[in-house]
Amino acid sequence: MSSSTPDWSALRRDFPILDQQVHGHPLVYFDNAATSQKPRAVIEALVRYYERDNANVHRGIHELSNRSTNAFEAARERTRKFLNARSTEEIIFTRGTTEGINLVANAWGGKFIKADDVILLTEMEHHSNIVPWQMLAERTGAKLRYVPITGDEGLLDLDKLESLLTPEVKLFAMVHISNALGTLNPVADLCARARRLGITTLVDGAQSAGHMMVDVQAIGCDFYAFSGHKICGPTGIGALYGRKEVLENTPPWHGGGEMIATVDYFKSTWNTLPHKFEAGTPDISGPIGLHAALDYLDAVGRENIFRHDLELATYAYQQLSELKGVRLFGPKGERGGLVSFLLDDVHAHDVVTIADRYGVALRGGHHCTQPLMKKLGVPSTARASFYFYNTKAEVDRFIEVVKEIQKFFGV
Amino acid sequence: MNDDLNDLYQEVILEHAKSPRNFKVLPDANRVAHGTNPLCGDNYTVYLVMDGDVVKDASFQGSGCAISKASASLLTSTIKGKTRAEVEALYGKVHDMVTTGHADDSMGKLAAFAGVHKFPARVKCAILSWHAAKAAVAGGGTVSTETEEPKP
Repeated sequence: MSSSTPDWSALRRDFPILDQQVHGHPLVYFDNAATSQKPRAVIEALVRYYERDNANVHRGIHELSNRSTNAFEAARERTRKFLNARSTEEIIFTRGTTEGINLVANAWGGKFIKADDVILLTEMEHHSNIVPWQMLAERTGAKLRYVPITGDEGLLDLDKLESLLTPEVKLFAMVHISNALGTLNPVADLCARARRLGITTLVDGAQSAGHMMVDVQAIGCDFYAFSGHKICGPTGIGALYGRKEVLENTPPWHGGGEMIATVDYFKSTWNTLPHKFEAGTPDISGPIGLHAALDYLDAVGRENIFRHDLELATYAYQQLSELKGVRLFGPKGERGGLVSFLLDDVHAHDVVTIADRYGVALRGGHHCTQPLMKKLGVPSTARASFYFYNTKAEVDRFIEVVKEIQKFFGV
Repeated sequence: MNDDLNDLYQEVILEHAKSPRNFKVLPDANRVAHGTNPLCGDNYTVYLVMDGDVVKDASFQGSGCAISKASASLLTSTIKGKTRAEVEALYGKVHDMVTTGHADDSMGKLAAFAGVHKFPARVKCAILSWHAAKAAVAGGGTVSTETEEPKP
C-alpha cells in the first residue's frame, strides 16, 4: 500500500479506454458512479484466467480445477482483507450490491422480520436499498420508516434519529455514500447507535468501497454490500460481508449445488460458511478480476483516491456554484466524488445530450432514487461523478461545456 | 455547436420548448391521457375536446426536456381539426421520422424532429406526447414509454 501521492497521469495510462475521441473530442468520462473503467491489469487477469486456468471450482480433482479453485478462494481472501473482515467465512460473492441486499432481505429478513417490525431506511437510499425491503414488508407485514434529509444539502437529519430508533426497529439499512447527492454518512456512529439497541445493520457500500478506506469492523455493521464493477473490477461480481454470528443464524437463500453438505430425497443439510450462500457454479472469472482490481486500488492507496475524488468534487462544486442559474445538490463540505446539479430552464437530459456531443459523459435522470427526487421536488438531476483517473483539466473542460449549454439555451 | 446538435435542437424546437403552445388544462376536455417516461421523469397530460371523431381542441400540461415539451407543443397545434384516423396515421409518420430521419413534405413544422433519429436515447422524448395523443383519441388512459411498445 502506498501513502505517497501517486503519479495520477501515469495511472491514467493504465486505462486503455480513456484514450479515445468521442464525437471528435477527447473523452471525459464522468459517469463513474454508474460504473468505473478497467485498468489493463484487470483485463489481463481475465484473459489469463480464460487462456490458462479455466475450470469449474471446488470438488474438481484435476490440475485446472485446482488452479481455478485456488484463484477463486484467493480472491475471497483478498476481499476479506480489502474490507478488514475477520474471516473469509464472512465474505459471500454476489452479482453486486443489489444481489447482496436482496440476499439479506430474503434469507435474514425472511427469518427475523415479523409483522409490525420496523425496517429503518434513509430518504436518500437507492432503489436497491428500498425495493427489497418493500417486498419483505409486503410478505411479512413489517413497516418501513425513513430517516429524513435536510433539503438540497442532503444530510441526514440526525436530531430525528433518536425518536425513530424505537423498539420495533429490527433493521437499519443505510447508504454509505449517496449516489445522487454525494453525502458521506457517518455509518460507524449510526451502526453504534443501532447496535446498542440490538438492531441489525446493513450498509450499502456501492459508492464507498474502492473510494475510501472501508473497515467493516470499525464501522461495526452486520452487513456491508458492494459491487466490483464500480471499482475497476468486471461487471457481475460483488461481495456481501456478513458478521459471522449473524450469518450462522441465517438460513440459505438459493438452493442447489455447492451450498449443501448432504442431500437426501426429503431433507438436506447445509454447507459451512460462506458456501451456504453460494448455490450453483459461481462467477469464477469475476472474483479473479476483482482480485486484480483490489490489488490495483490498494497500490494506488484508498486514502489517496478519497482525497483525489474529494478534490475534484470540491473544485467542480465550487466552479458550478460560481455560474448563474445552477442549483447544486449534496453537502457543501466533505462529500463523495460526485456533483449533482440542475441548470435553470434546462432539463437534465438536454444537458447530458449536449455534453455527450462534446465528449463529456455525464448522467441525467433520477439515479434510481425516485423518492429522493420527489423529496427534492425535481424530476431529475445531472451528475458528474469522478474517479482517480480523472483530472482537474477535465473538470475545467466540463465547466466550459456547461457554459456552452447555458448559452445554447439562452439562460 | 456541432451539426448533429443543431439538427436535434432546431430553432423551432428551442422556441416551442421555451414558449410552449396550448400549455394549459382544457376544462371541457372529454378525452385525457397521461404519458410518462419513468426513466427521466418526463410526465405529460394531453387534453382533447373531441366532437365525434374530430379533434376540436387540444392542449397539454406537464414537465420534461426540451424535446418532449416542444413535441407536445407542436403536436397539440397540429392535430386540431384532424380525425382519429388522421391522428393515428400522423403518429405512424412521426414515429417513422424520429427513428429513421425520413420526413415527407406533408410533415410541415413536425419535420424539425427528424434530427432526433441521430440520438437514439432521445427518440422516446420526441414520441412521448404522441403516445398519449394516440391513447386519447382512442378513449384516454395512461401510457408509458417503458411499456407501450418495444424500443424503436
